[in-house]
Amino acid sequence: MRYESPTSFKAAAELLSKEKGQAFILAGGTDLLVRMRTGFIEPDLVVDIKRIGGSREIKKTESGFKIGAAVSGAELGEHKALKKAWPGVVEAANLIGSKQVQGRCTMAGNLCNASPAADSVPALVAAGAKAVIVGPKGKRKVAVEEIPTGPGKTSLKKGEIVESIILPKRAPKSGDAYLRFIPRSEMDIAVVGVGVNVTLDAKGIVTKARVALGAVAPTVRLVPAAAKALIGTKMEDAALDKLAEACAAACSPIDDKRGTREFRIKVAGVLARRAAIIARQRAGGK
Amino acid sequence: MPLDNPSANTRKYKLVGTRPDRQDGFDKVTGRAKFGADAVAPGQLAGSILRSPHAHARIRSIDTSKAEKLAGVKAVVTRADFPDKTAGDSGLFDILTNIMARDKALYEGHAVAAVAAVSPAVAKQALKLIKVDYEVLPHVTDVDEAMKPTAPVLHPKLFTEGLAEKPKKPSNIARRYEFGHGDVEAGFAKADIIVERSFKTEATHQGYIEPHACLANVSPDGSGELWVCTQGHFMVRDYCARLLGLEISKLRVTASEIGGGFGGKTTVFLEPVALALSRKANRPVKLVMSRDEVFKCTGPTSSASIDVKIGVTKDGLITAADATLRYQGGAFPGSPAEFGAMSAFAQYHLDNVRTIAYDVVTNRPKQAAYRAPGAPMANFAVESMIEELAHKLGMAPIDFRIKNAAREGTRSSYGPVYGPIGLLATLEEARKHPHFKAPLGPNQGRGMAAGFWFNFGGQSCVSLNIPVDGTVTISVGSPDIGGSRASMCLMTAEELGIPYEHVRAIIADTSSLGYNDVTDGSRTTFATGMACILAARDAIKKLCQRAARMWGIPEEAVTWEKGYAKPAGANAGNFPPLSLKEIAAASGGTGGPIAGHHEYSADGAGVSFATHICDVEVDPETGATRIVRYTVLQDAGKAVHPSYVEGQFQGGAVQGIGWALNEEYVYGKDGRLQNAGFLDYRIPVCSDLPMIDTKILEIPNPGHPYGVRGVGETSIVPPLAAVANAVSNAVGVRMTELPISPPRLLKALDTVSLAKAS
Ligand SMILES: Cc1cc2nc3c(=O)[nH]c(=O)nc-3n(C[C@H](O)[C@H](O)[C@H](O)COP(=O)(O)OP(=O)(O)OC[C@H]3O[C@@H](n4cnc5c(N)ncnc54)[C@H](O)[C@@H]3O)c2cc1C
Repeated sequence: MRYESPTSFKAAAELLSKEKGQAFILAGGTDLLVRMRTGFIEPDLVVDIKRIGGSREIKKTESGFKIGAAVSGAELGEHKALKKAWPGVVEAANLIGSKQVQGRCTMAGNLCNASPAADSVPALVAAGAKAVIVGPKGKRKVAVEEIPTGPGKTSLKKGEIVESIILPKRAPKSGDAYLRFIPRSEMDIAVVGVGVNVTLDAKGIVTKARVALGAVAPTVRLVPAAAKALIGTKMEDAALDKLAEACAAACSPIDDKRGTREFRIKVAGVLARRAAIIARQRAGGK
Repeated sequence: MPLDNPSANTRKYKLVGTRPDRQDGFDKVTGRAKFGADAVAPGQLAGSILRSPHAHARIRSIDTSKAEKLAGVKAVVTRADFPDKTAGDSGLFDILTNIMARDKALYEGHAVAAVAAVSPAVAKQALKLIKVDYEVLPHVTDVDEAMKPTAPVLHPKLFTEGLAEKPKKPSNIARRYEFGHGDVEAGFAKADIIVERSFKTEATHQGYIEPHACLANVSPDGSGELWVCTQGHFMVRDYCARLLGLEISKLRVTASEIGGGFGGKTTVFLEPVALALSRKANRPVKLVMSRDEVFKCTGPTSSASIDVKIGVTKDGLITAADATLRYQGGAFPGSPAEFGAMSAFAQYHLDNVRTIAYDVVTNRPKQAAYRAPGAPMANFAVESMIEELAHKLGMAPIDFRIKNAAREGTRSSYGPVYGPIGLLATLEEARKHPHFKAPLGPNQGRGMAAGFWFNFGGQSCVSLNIPVDGTVTISVGSPDIGGSRASMCLMTAEELGIPYEHVRAIIADTSSLGYNDVTDGSRTTFATGMACILAARDAIKKLCQRAARMWGIPEEAVTWEKGYAKPAGANAGNFPPLSLKEIAAASGGTGGPIAGHHEYSADGAGVSFATHICDVEVDPETGATRIVRYTVLQDAGKAVHPSYVEGQFQGGAVQGIGWALNEEYVYGKDGRLQNAGFLDYRIPVCSDLPMIDTKILEIPNPGHPYGVRGVGETSIVPPLAAVANAVSNAVGVRMTELPISPPRLLKALDTVSLAKAS
């Protein structure tokens, strides 16, 4: 196995596209190294992106935030401006693993690992985040929900790397939240995850909303019907009931060791309600 | 030597009961301590084991030729390398069959072949080259299913024992047990209320953090060395020698530091395989399990299915108690069904009681002991029913328990009559405890349970040596899994009258001491601790002899007091006292080294009782349960090192909480384990729990010089029921199946609210 740590995304993309064997990108390694150790994968090439200039930076720009692909969960949590603008995204990323894992894990890795239960992804999808992708043929920008296509599968082509994640500029009176259900209090994997992002008008009526669900389908799901249930309301009980129903309807989970189908469907609705209330509070509503 | 055992706690202790730092702590926190996988030997090979992917399959053939030809492979072993030397000992034959499959693979993960190679990578590659021809057979993993006449039979020669007549057909029921006294039918006839229910619990794993590991080194001259993480290296030595046909005295086994055992390291898995590989390769061989192997191939405890029936009078007196317990213990006989049946009602004074138990085999890994083996499941069923009966009677559950509690003179449900026991004391103390009166919040409930464990004594052998500087080493043969070295040092120092810091304990290898039973049955601080006390008394006798020689007086004229030899009286002469240090310094000229020794089989381990109180909060929309407050009250006889006693109370409670709420072996339809890792086998993490409160009670055990009782196991007995009762009290639905995982609880809540709505 070869290990490379190039200093530019271009060089990284080149290494990856030239490799004939199995090649993997290494960000925090909290998924990759575990899979290597358990013998799931036997890479011929590992390309570490942490030495690439800018890959570990969070930049506030005109149009929002640009988060480098190698920024760790802990670094996200320490960034005051980001936390203020996107508390739901940061809390989701900070739920990953433990203190030790937080020092390493990245949102780009969480996204590209393509687990349906990835914690930061529903929050990113609800936030309307975009991923900047660098490849042998140049750069492109896609909505994050376009990247995972199924458990462990992505739409990235050979040699393509997520260079950064872009969070849009925040409108006033906006708030987001992420909640997950796990049987334990930490060090667990989401049985259901819900990200909710809302913008209110002066009267506290929802003008914009995005709702995304994790762990209830092969990929994280954006649920337009759930957003629709909230838009034009002050999130009264009736609206929250509709939100819960829409979320439950959008689930196509499996029965497995982590939870039954019916449990996941029911809890998706419960968490959606709770997350929506937190998002409203953070947006300055009541 | 007569034991001047206390009838009450009258003796004033200087050291026993204090909380000094453990001497092994420094190396453990700095990473110097050597655990199972930390040993290295020159020229060592890496071993790896090929395991069955099937839950049940006949092994038609094994072709290892390609693996043997792979460069770097030094030895391959299969069943052919383990001829049967067990001479009709069926228990030993089961162990042999478990460490390497013979005609059938009996569970997923059953060892089928093993390789020793120059690197782990080569060993892994070699495993892929071994061709095993399996004929897959139907399997069964559930205890009730396994008992059905239509179930696939694991062992064609297994006929149920313990029946009046030998059955005509083999089955998966290995044995039937029955305990009790009185006439239960007559008792039920006297009852005003009778409640009957069935309960189920899933198998749980001890969850020790350190996976099994060993390093074996067999020489062509037939001698061998083994470094191993185990709860009993003498047991490992004897099993391995017998299985492999080695002379016991030629196999020297050293116990490493141990990262948890909880009963799971009281048998052999890897060790005979490592020795066989080493013997064949003529090189040292190291075998280390992965976590996945620990879950699939070592011994979790039984899953159980239990029916309980209890009758009471209107004023709350139990008239009869009856239970049937079915425990599956994996692919071989030996589940702790018997202990379940013996302990189920042990906390009550009963005139009419009966328990019947069945030991059942299934296509799961062979169970191993897990802390109070068999008792927690039985206690869950019985204490759930006791709570329910108390509600039906309109009596406070604690008053109901106190009214029927076993006490001194009670004939226990398993036979013996109790001596002084601490059950009532723990119940009374619980009633007085502030926890018991604390208000509960919304969605919260409180539960309690009382539990029992037998405790054990057994064989111990201790040597005590006093070098010339007057410090002391004690060599014990009981691996230290819970801080026992600190307790041994405290008791030795107490007896000799010297500072704790002057005594150091080591776990000696099997060639240095006589046989020591495994560290289990809560026996070590009791039995090996008592051997330390008696070895110290032996050394004191010799110290007095030396002082007598130094003074030129008869040895009967010398007594020992608080670390000093003194003339016994005025007649003996007027000599200033000699300290242990002074006598030791002179030892070279007074007869050579000074040592004490004791070997015996200890009787008199006092039984132990505990009462637990638990508060939970349930999220009625998700079924999630949070432990809000938890208190353990237990009789320790005498707490030698109270911090470690509290640690045992807390550890047992936490493991029981995990068992009650989330831990379980999840099998797929294919009979394969779905959750062989700590991600999906959910032991509680720190943030799941409040600090577990403890209250140590001290009702001295007359069988020990200081009154010590074992404390390691009782604490896992009551939590299952305490948690289940708390949850049931919080939500008004009785949970009869463990674990009470969120999906299971939410479903139960939905069923009830649906029933209420219609
Ligand atoms: C103990 C533990 C607990 C965990 N708990 C959680 C949890 O609570 N919630 C959760 O969601 N996850 C959890 N995880 C999984 C993991 O930590 C997260 O998925 C994490 O975000 C992965 O990030 P990483 O940077 O470590 O990814 P890596 O392991 O470096 O990479 C993951 C995958 O993505 C690919 N990849 C990485 N970066 C890029 C990129 N820039 N472009 C393209 N492909 C890329 C890699 O090749 C690899 O296939 C846990 C893991 C462990 C070990």
